[in-house]
Amino acid sequence: MHETALLFLELGSVIVLLAFLARLAIRWGLSPIPLYLLAGLALGEGGIVELITSEGFVATGADLGVILLLLMLGLEYTAAELTRSLRQSAAAGLVDLVVNFTPGLVLGLVIGFGLVPALFLGGVTYISSSGIAAKLLEDLAWMGNRETPLVLSLLVFEDLAMAVVLPILGAIALGGTFSGALISVAVALVVVGLIITIANRHGERLSALAFSSSDEVNLLTILGITLVVAGAAEQLNASAAVGAFLVGISLSGYAAQRAREMLTPLRDLFAGVFFVFFGLRIDPGDLPEVAVPAVILAAVTAATKFLVAELAGRRQRIARPGRRRAGAILVARGEFSIVIAGLGVAAGAGDDLGALAAAYVLLMASAGPVAARIFRPGLGTGGGPAAGTKVA
Amino acid sequence: MTHIEKTDLPGLGVRYDFLTEDGQRVGVIHHRTGRRDLFICPPEDPDLVQLTVHLTEQEAHNLVDVLGGSQVIADLSHLQQHIEGLAIDWLPIQPGSVAAGSTIGDTRMRTRTGVSIVALLRNGTAIPAPEPAQRIEGGDTLVVVGTPRGIELAVEILRIG
Repeated sequence: MHETALLFLELGSVIVLLAFLARLAIRWGLSPIPLYLLAGLALGEGGIVELITSEGFVATGADLGVILLLLMLGLEYTAAELTRSLRQSAAAGLVDLVVNFTPGLVLGLVIGFGLVPALFLGGVTYISSSGIAAKLLEDLAWMGNRETPLVLSLLVFEDLAMAVVLPILGAIALGGTFSGALISVAVALVVVGLIITIANRHGERLSALAFSSSDEVNLLTILGITLVVAGAAEQLNASAAVGAFLVGISLSGYAAQRAREMLTPLRDLFAGVFFVFFGLRIDPGDLPEVAVPAVILAAVTAATKFLVAELAGRRQRIARPGRRRAGAILVARGEFSIVIAGLGVAAGAGDDLGALAAAYVLLMASAGPVAARIFRPGLGTGGGPAAGTKVA
Repeated sequence: MTHIEKTDLPGLGVRYDFLTEDGQRVGVIHHRTGRRDLFICPPEDPDLVQLTVHLTEQEAHNLVDVLGGSQVIADLSHLQQHIEGLAIDWLPIQPGSVAAGSTIGDTRMRTRTGVSIVALLRNGTAIPAPEPAQRIEGGDTLVVVGTPRGIELAVEILRIG
């Protein structure tokens, strides 16, 4: 009884705190992710207050948060969109991968991380935040801009690359024999390819099977299947997150839209818990140590995103202001960088990785929205973009 | 002839835009959710959206009526234009739902939602272009075509009448 009371008190306070932080983030026009991370830092080991009774629940909630983040990401896209984007923006996507993965990898090696944590750090610096990007496009009313399709297709490419890279990183981190890792990688690649092919051909039918006119049935079906697939994927060393992503991709059309509507509140709750949990495990005392590498990494990888936008934008004959806006949108790193770092920490890639990734995302998730607003033209001149004039 | 450019917005929908004779870029984003954004780009930076107007599906239809009259739109031979905004869906019929046991004509689906039932799937066989007198049974799947909003209504009608 006492235990339960404490659990609710702790959990409730954390969620109320998240609500307050989300409110602040909206007011400041920023992403709530850095604030959630800070909350986690303040509550965890060596922080201001320590969570005790709810830690177990928060840990499970955080795992669910990762699953839901990836499931929702998969639901955003149809398999057809993925293959089309892959074909159209493969060159730009590969440049993006090379110039943004390398800084993390190199810096990790330079500061003595060892190969595996350095590879995870490469993943952290590579992937832009689709969540922050989508919010910025909407808030600044840039959805119709000519550079926006480019930005979105780069984000799609990154998400797909993550589905391939995560199992590889996981296999490497788990060590074992080299051939064992190779087999896991091969299995992961084959499964990803297979699912996308099946979803491409039979997506509508799959969705019709899963779809019911009752929201209750839909929610339970989709959540249940996702967890089962995620668990199976984890068992095959292919990462639960990727399993959830693939379930999301397999659903399309009306079923996917309904699933998105139903799962968004769940995602928001558990993703919030996930960010807090990530911060919880980091000792704030470790942060000063990683501050310098984090700032260097932030500066370099902000520049490399602008570089990608510059190169890719030129090929699509987008004028200079548009290329800069595209770069600014891509600067933000957020949820998926933390997901990658979280998997790295869970796979035993070291606490330093967690602290550095947290510091880095704190910088980049805050810098992204600021960078985007710098390139918002014509403030106060009457030519500025109206923030979506509502006709209703 | 105006050249309308079509670009995919992965995860969001489709973007259409064209240059007016005055050199102003105008476009529309069709969101998957049914929302429509009408946007205008300033001549000095044709990549940037200057003004966005969010429209619901109904408002978009109203705007089309005011702009050109639906007659004109119907005459347009742009197949692309016709298909965009059109959704196809497979609706399973739950045994025990209102639709199970009634005929296609009984549901008055086309009248009420604008959604057409183009085929009925039963035990792995398809009945294309079913008659209004065709009975619907639990376990059937209806293949319907219409606007996303219309299909949403159709789902309700099949379930609760």
